[in-house]
Amino acid sequence: MSVLVVVECDKGEVKKSSLEVATYGARLAAQLGTSATAVAVGEASDASLAKLGEQGIAKVLYDKEPRLKDFVNNAYTKLIAATAQQEDAKVIVLANSNIGAAVGSRLSIRLQASLATNVVELPKTEGGQFTVKRGAFSGKAFSDVVLTGERKIIAVKKNSIEAQHEAGKTAEVVAFAAQLSDADFADAPKQVVMQDQAGGILLPEAELVVSGGRGMKGPENWHLIEDLAKALHAATACSKPVSDVDWRPHHEHVGQTGITVSPNLYIACGISGAIQHLAGVNSSKVIVVINKDPEAPFFKAADYGIVGDVFDVLPKLTAAVKELG
Amino acid sequence: MKFLVCISNVPDTTTKIAFTPDNKEFNKAGVQFVINPWDEYALTRAIELKEANAGSTVTVLNVGEADTEPNIRKALAIGADDAIRVNAAPKDAFFVAEQIAAVAKEGSYDVILMGKESIDYNGFQVHGMVGELLGIPTVAPAMKLDMSGNTATLEREIEGGKEIVQVATPFVASCQQPMCEPRIPNMRGIMTARTKPLKVVPATAGAPRTEVTEFALPPKKLGVKLIDAANAGDLIKLLRNEAKVI
Repeated sequence: MSVLVVVECDKGEVKKSSLEVATYGARLAAQLGTSATAVAVGEASDASLAKLGEQGIAKVLYDKEPRLKDFVNNAYTKLIAATAQQEDAKVIVLANSNIGAAVGSRLSIRLQASLATNVVELPKTEGGQFTVKRGAFSGKAFSDVVLTGERKIIAVKKNSIEAQHEAGKTAEVVAFAAQLSDADFADAPKQVVMQDQAGGILLPEAELVVSGGRGMKGPENWHLIEDLAKALHAATACSKPVSDVDWRPHHEHVGQTGITVSPNLYIACGISGAIQHLAGVNSSKVIVVINKDPEAPFFKAADYGIVGDVFDVLPKLTAAVKELG
Repeated sequence: MKFLVCISNVPDTTTKIAFTPDNKEFNKAGVQFVINPWDEYALTRAIELKEANAGSTVTVLNVGEADTEPNIRKALAIGADDAIRVNAAPKDAFFVAEQIAAVAKEGSYDVILMGKESIDYNGFQVHGMVGELLGIPTVAPAMKLDMSGNTATLEREIEGGKEIVQVATPFVASCQQPMCEPRIPNMRGIMTARTKPLKVVPATAGAPRTEVTEFALPPKKLGVKLIDAANAGDLIKLLRNEAKVI
């Protein structure tokens, strides 16, 4: 019996959210008195996989089949199921990402497992019960959920656990062949189109986010958001009305029906704070609100606030960040 | 082409969340329920595709008790042809997926659509479970869906971009923005919805695999610390030295 961790890789490196998942899996394995093995999906280098030892992973299984570089739901599911069988994994941990959710849900049927997504902390395992805490009601609440199946699958919410880095520890990287057939790649992508991300920082993975709303008055003013984001090495985001009028692309829309984020810092500029927007950001560790309307409801959810004109305040913030060096 | 669109009944997006005194259930008192916003994308796109492909039908499916029927009728008013309600309280994602898969098998649907997740339990699970139970592909989350004969071309969101995927029917897709502009029912639709068939069927066996034992609200914020706009740069010092987030 072991804990199996699914690590997603891109461009040769393990994704930040998967470093968090690896840490979660290693701590859970310690809690259960067992070891944590990882299975890598996507494009990875052996060196990057070996570094998973820093997160407490003992062994990494990696299938170098080239068609697994891009996400293929059926093939990934088969690969992970095969590694879970080989390792006799009773718990599988993955990221609460688009890939994690797509694969986790199929795996739960294939392995007859209980599944919990959006999990925010390590499970409670006393008394023979296995209880996880997960986000619910679009971030407006939490629920404790008992996983009753013999096998369990846990999808860990991004930024809910800090990745550990124990320098010098390495994981053994072991080749694994899942014996996939052409039929397993029937839903392989025909084309992958990457979108422009300000500063190259992906919003769902970002630790810092600078976000703008209708108060920015138009897309021509977005350089103020981008300048601050660039100085902070933050991702940029926007409210729903902004993406609805095409000032910014959909993939930057944060909120109840957009992307849910939980960064360390969320700076909302010219966003009044509709309850649907708050639902997408209220698990951020620190929220800053800049709005010229002192009655804006967002101030009630904020840790820090500035009542002022974003066109005046944002350049001052950018300058202050640059002064920090 | 036979479309099956799965909708769930969720609290209105502006609802303040509260629980029963024992924190074991969501407190429905005074709450208005709506069609899950993500499911509206699935419903509208199915209706658009039906209108573009003569002879197609859209069936709406809900796993829920009788109190969900107003929203099922709303889906019929928007343009679905008929509806099925599996008469059971949705216990967990696995239980719901089993009900959907049973209905889908019975009706031999070509395309099964649903929202990416429900805004109450945020599981993001049912689509994949249904696909696996039926042994057909799942595309999740889909931002665009076009049909040409029995082949669908979809855009699937990935972190930092999108993938173009082609699958043959039957398949499952979970939908999200910017797939289409959700429709609101007009008066004619509301009138005709009253006479459209709504079949109620019993649940199939299927034990849930999870059990919610307690709900909780997040800790309350301590209150906002305001910084004078004239000294906005002080905020950055606070974020570094006090909050320690930069």
